[in-house]
Amino acid sequence: MSATALPAPAVAGERRHLSYWLGATAVAVALAVALRLLGNEYGWYAGYFVLQYVVLAAAWNILGGYAGYVNFGAAGFMAAGSYTAIVLYESMGLGVIPGILGGAVVAGLLGLGTGYLTLRLRGVYFSIATLCLAVVLQTLIVNWDYVGGSRGAYIIRPMTVPGFASYGEYIFIVMLVLAVLAVGIGRTVEMSRLGTGLQAIRDNERAAEAVGVPTLRLKLIACTLSGALMGVAGAPLPFYAGYINPEGAFNLAYAVNSIAMPLIGGAGTWLGPVIGAVLLATLQQAATVTISSALNLWIVGWMLVIFVALFPRGIIGWFRNR
Amino acid sequence: MDPTLSLLLNGIVSGLLLGGLYAAAASGLAVSFGMLDIVNIAHPALMVAAGFAVILLGGALGLDPLLMALLVAPAFALLGMGIYTAYHHFFERRGDEALQGLAFFFGVMFIIEVGLVMAFGPEQRFLDPDWAFTTWRFGEIDVPLRMLIPALVSLAAIGLLWLFLQRTFIGLAIAAVAQDAQALRLMAVDPVRIKRLAFGISVGFAAIAGGALVVVQPIEPSSHHVFIGRVFAVCIMGGMASLSGCVMAALLFGVVENLTASFFGPSWSPAVAFGWLLLVLAVRPQGLFGRAA
Repeated sequence: MSATALPAPAVAGERRHLSYWLGATAVAVALAVALRLLGNEYGWYAGYFVLQYVVLAAAWNILGGYAGYVNFGAAGFMAAGSYTAIVLYESMGLGVIPGILGGAVVAGLLGLGTGYLTLRLRGVYFSIATLCLAVVLQTLIVNWDYVGGSRGAYIIRPMTVPGFASYGEYIFIVMLVLAVLAVGIGRTVEMSRLGTGLQAIRDNERAAEAVGVPTLRLKLIACTLSGALMGVAGAPLPFYAGYINPEGAFNLAYAVNSIAMPLIGGAGTWLGPVIGAVLLATLQQAATVTISSALNLWIVGWMLVIFVALFPRGIIGWFRNR
Repeated sequence: MDPTLSLLLNGIVSGLLLGGLYAAAASGLAVSFGMLDIVNIAHPALMVAAGFAVILLGGALGLDPLLMALLVAPAFALLGMGIYTAYHHFFERRGDEALQGLAFFFGVMFIIEVGLVMAFGPEQRFLDPDWAFTTWRFGEIDVPLRMLIPALVSLAAIGLLWLFLQRTFIGLAIAAVAQDAQALRLMAVDPVRIKRLAFGISVGFAAIAGGALVVVQPIEPSSHHVFIGRVFAVCIMGGMASLSGCVMAALLFGVVENLTASFFGPSWSPAVAFGWLLLVLAVRPQGLFGRAA
């Protein structure tokens, strides 16, 4: 896009991108150092939990926030990433990094396929299709013995990773890098032509189409990118837990959180999903220690309903309107 | 008779009976999603919630489950009117149906499911009325009353709804509100009141379908997941706003799903729903029995 834009704003844009990457790296390094000083294994565990939701919320936001197309199947896309990692591990003994790349490809293709079949219609059809997609993928995985069926699959984690204090730290740093990348990709989309086109689709799809925005192509790109990033969020999960089963991979918590976090933080902004994810995931991590997980999820459901009713633009929108 | 032929005939008959249940579930959606254009993805969750209410109250009062379902239906209709009032106030009025409105119904669905888990636990519940163990035999074909009676009650209820929509002023107003709310206003009918009433009827139908469901199969709080695909597939196939199309699509769907289950194994039946949904959306989004827009 920089080829068609005027030189001056392009340079300003470059500088704005650079400041994000430097700032995000500084925050990430500070976070890693602080947790290492804390020296508690639980810190890595809890940190990973929050960061996987940052990736998931940022991924959902690319299609849901900018284009206004609601994906209810985040758990399905995430599980596609997790189980791709399992298949690569079982068949070739590959580790977490190839698992992430493979998960991105498979979940991205899943997004492209679902989008190709349903994105030509009204947005609700896409939403309904994604809702069913998760159910069907779960059926397939339960019936697939190679990945353990309903019993689940195990991964033998190495005790130590060279250069890291512990395996927990290693997997946390992997997720930290992924979170910085995912938020950065979301931010780049927002500032690019793609983001402008997606926002035009959200505001008035017919008008966008009429002035020459290639709506279907943009939606397909966004859907593929969003699906791939959801796969990325899920791929390290078996390596983090050492075990995965369909019930855990397709957990309802992923579906509701992936929608609640961007909407509560402020959908359609790159920072909104980060705020929502950090807020809700920290709350849930604190609450699982004290109250039951069902009550915990119930509270998230109520928060989602109350926030979309009273603060439809999320926390960010509320501050901007004041 | 040839065993395969007998399996096929039995599959078709029980598929038709299953289709009666799907018709009850989907015709409520044909009113809310088809006529009012409200994407109530919580519809199957409300159906399962009604199933639990029937088990709880029917067990306590010792009433027949299908009678109990008819008794809880008005309560669910009131609940539906309450949900619509909130939906209209916060989303429809502001034009926020697409993103926030969908998220709202997703939240409602989620609250119902987790609420049921907290109240009843995740295990399966079922009901066995006395007549459920009787099976009528016609030659090689078995007709269990457990399937037949819920299907007949469902179809009778749909017939009454069809008469109501065709013959009464309010019924015609419901069909009209989807097409032109402004024209309805000119006839001194409040479109919001009509839509609230229609949404209430739709949720009341979910309760009747829930009562039929607990007789046919055991339920658990997550039972509604597979029904989302089924009822939306049936509703879209039936041409959205058409009750007769909805019933035909439901019967056809029941037969196809049941034959798939008897010839390829029951674990594949959720895939049938999704496959049909994708196929219909990709090839004929106006529905099998609908007309092109």
